[in-house]
Amino acid sequence: MTKVNWQEYACNGFYDELIAAPGNPRPESQMLCDYFQNLEAAELIEHKHAVDVAIQTMGITFTVYSEGSMIDRAWPFDPVPRIIPRPEWEKTAAGLRQRVQALNMFIDDLYHDQRIIKDGVFPAEVLAQSANFRPQCVGISPPHSVWAHICGSDLVRDGDGTLYVLEDNLRVPSGVSYMLENRNVTKRVLPEMFATGQIQPVDDYTDQLFDMLASMSPRPGDDPQIVVLTPGIYNSAYYEHSYLAQQMGVELVEGPDLIVGDDDCVYMKTVDGLQRVDVIYRRIDDMFLDPEAFNPDSMLGVPGLMRSWRAGKVALANAPGAGVADDKVVYAFVPKIIRYYLDQDPLIPNVPSYLCMFEEDREYVLANLESLVVKPANESGGYGMLIGPHSTKRERKAFAELIRSNPRNYMAQPTLNLSTAPTLCGNAMEPRHVDLRPFILSGGNDTYVTTGGLTRVAMTKGSLVVNSSQGGGSKDTWIVDVKEG
Amino acid sequence: MLSRVAESVYWLARYLERAEDTARLISVNSHLLLDFPKATRLGWSTLVTITGSEDIFDKYYEERDEVSVLNFLCGDRRYSGSIISSLTAARENLRTTRDVMPQRIWEEVNQVYLAVSQQAESGINPRNRDVFLNRVIRSCEAVNGMIAGTLSYTQTRTFLMIGRQIERADMTTRIIDVRSANLLPKNSDDFTPFETLQWVSVLKSLTGFQMYRQHVRLRVRGPDVLRFLLQDQQFPRAVACCISRISRELETLPGGTRALAAADHCLVHLTEADVSLLAVEPEKLHQYIDDIQLDISQLHDQIADTWFRLVEESRVLAELTQSQS
Repeated sequence: MTKVNWQEYACNGFYDELIAAPGNPRPESQMLCDYFQNLEAAELIEHKHAVDVAIQTMGITFTVYSEGSMIDRAWPFDPVPRIIPRPEWEKTAAGLRQRVQALNMFIDDLYHDQRIIKDGVFPAEVLAQSANFRPQCVGISPPHSVWAHICGSDLVRDGDGTLYVLEDNLRVPSGVSYMLENRNVTKRVLPEMFATGQIQPVDDYTDQLFDMLASMSPRPGDDPQIVVLTPGIYNSAYYEHSYLAQQMGVELVEGPDLIVGDDDCVYMKTVDGLQRVDVIYRRIDDMFLDPEAFNPDSMLGVPGLMRSWRAGKVALANAPGAGVADDKVVYAFVPKIIRYYLDQDPLIPNVPSYLCMFEEDREYVLANLESLVVKPANESGGYGMLIGPHSTKRERKAFAELIRSNPRNYMAQPTLNLSTAPTLCGNAMEPRHVDLRPFILSGGNDTYVTTGGLTRVAMTKGSLVVNSSQGGGSKDTWIVDVKEG
Repeated sequence: MLSRVAESVYWLARYLERAEDTARLISVNSHLLLDFPKATRLGWSTLVTITGSEDIFDKYYEERDEVSVLNFLCGDRRYSGSIISSLTAARENLRTTRDVMPQRIWEEVNQVYLAVSQQAESGINPRNRDVFLNRVIRSCEAVNGMIAGTLSYTQTRTFLMIGRQIERADMTTRIIDVRSANLLPKNSDDFTPFETLQWVSVLKSLTGFQMYRQHVRLRVRGPDVLRFLLQDQQFPRAVACCISRISRELETLPGGTRALAAADHCLVHLTEADVSLLAVEPEKLHQYIDDIQLDISQLHDQIADTWFRLVEESRVLAELTQSQS
């Protein structure tokens, strides 16, 4: 390993989060870049080693399915933080609040009067073909009319520095535990940086989450019994489920731990007998939640859970059916949705999107597959995508057929020049593409946005895929006060 | 505490105790064999019998020789009672109870599991045997130390204690049963020079020789050893001592009447044993040990029904439901 020299940092062609031009760090990153540049090569090695040890001893893992068995992998983490100046972040956070508020009004409307369809703003045919619309939820009014209590929105920055929302995850977004753990790791290995007091803390998330969940309790006033419902140890996010339960001091339960009585209340089976449960932070997909209402073969769910929820005896976060709004085709309508419900212009732009269900858009997409990213409506985790510039002729041909046979299921976006951030790769600092997933909590009266979020980084040179299930890593994200003048 | 978590914690303790006891058993047996003439019937085969794994052993191995038995008991994943299988199960149970157990316990179990897996891959032979077994024993002791020093006195700890004691009691009865079947004289005059050595081996299998000497200041004799291992209230591996400690733990749990009755029943059974008679009547001893094992297994069932399966709760719930509809 050699010393870091920002003069040699080749960020040309992309917007870099830390370095404006070779040798020229952005003002808010100056301190951090100086720090790395002043490290001797040996110290840099030591630094990286300290990070690996911290991750191993803290036991931060994620689970991957490989060669027929599930294994716990150490969390891939890059020691160079990503920095966002506080004023920019405050604007972004306001935009996220606006967006999630509108999305919640949209979901509530879809399950009630469907005014937005009657008013001709949102096409009925999109809803008719939505894989995540749950007829079982029609007419239900969850507390505070909030459906997506926990939202993880993915933000990306294009070549000119504009931040876009790339997608909203309204079902069971994960990653927040890694955001918190990343900070714990950096605090261990970069304590000097925190001494300046300019880095905003992130660790109130679990308190905020707890308060938000408690506010949903059907028995207000009492000490609410809150649980985290996990599919179990074979789920890739099990570490996070266990982490959040531990941090909030609530039980981590699996489906068979819960039972719904004839009084429609949910109980958990404890050593002290059955105890009523008020709020369930569920990390199981809708379709597996309740075998009586959805997939009858589900072993993960709780029979009767929907019955209890409908009767208002238990609160579910996120509400079943909330996923109707994180469909990637619905995504294209979000700016209209914001204008319709809030009568405001969106504060954060959408990435321009082409919907294959519309003939004009479809023809454009089919003619320009090479330059576009094509996404199926209801997949997440980066699966089932076509990244035009990196695709083969055969892949494009296969996708063209998929699009023609089921146009509603596909949308396309221009390939963005995703921004980069300095990443420690082998022996040197190299630019790697990053995105950002902040988390938004929607309670009764207020909406909370994490300070920054989880920065994910594509560790492979030139790659745009940041998902941890596909070899992505992550970074700590700093929201930093900038000195005036 | 969730019933599922209580059950995981209970089994976690049982698996760890099983791994440790098996390691001790093998360790003592190996040392003992070095002192015995080749002609004695005591051999590696005994270990297979003690662990109750004759059928599965014979399915996979031709001969009950040292290397086969060692590998079977230490590193064979096909046998659920092997050290590696016990540690695998303990580790899996820990994964689901990470939120209630001190972090360092996870790290320790994880490390010993990885070390044991590696060793098992390359095979266990008489030369690396001691290092291997000591690694297992030390890790289990370390975990017990961490539990003692860092885990709060909550239900988590209660179920760990119960699991450990029940496994320990069970292992002690197995060792008495099989070893004694080998040891007991056809008639009490038929004494071989190795008789004493064999009783000593029973004590050593249970790490009880030193404590026995302090407690019983006579030469090692069958009835005394039996009394010590069955009825003593101070030696941690004596069956009565284990059951008494379980009783004390059970008293802290809600609704434990049936489980407590089962423990009491077992204790009475132990106190009433006529050790002088049992020491000279192999058939009677075998029958007696069978009965005690049945007691232990009933105690387990009561614990499981009361706190893991919530049998009583389910009955109440069913009645509630009926009265409401």
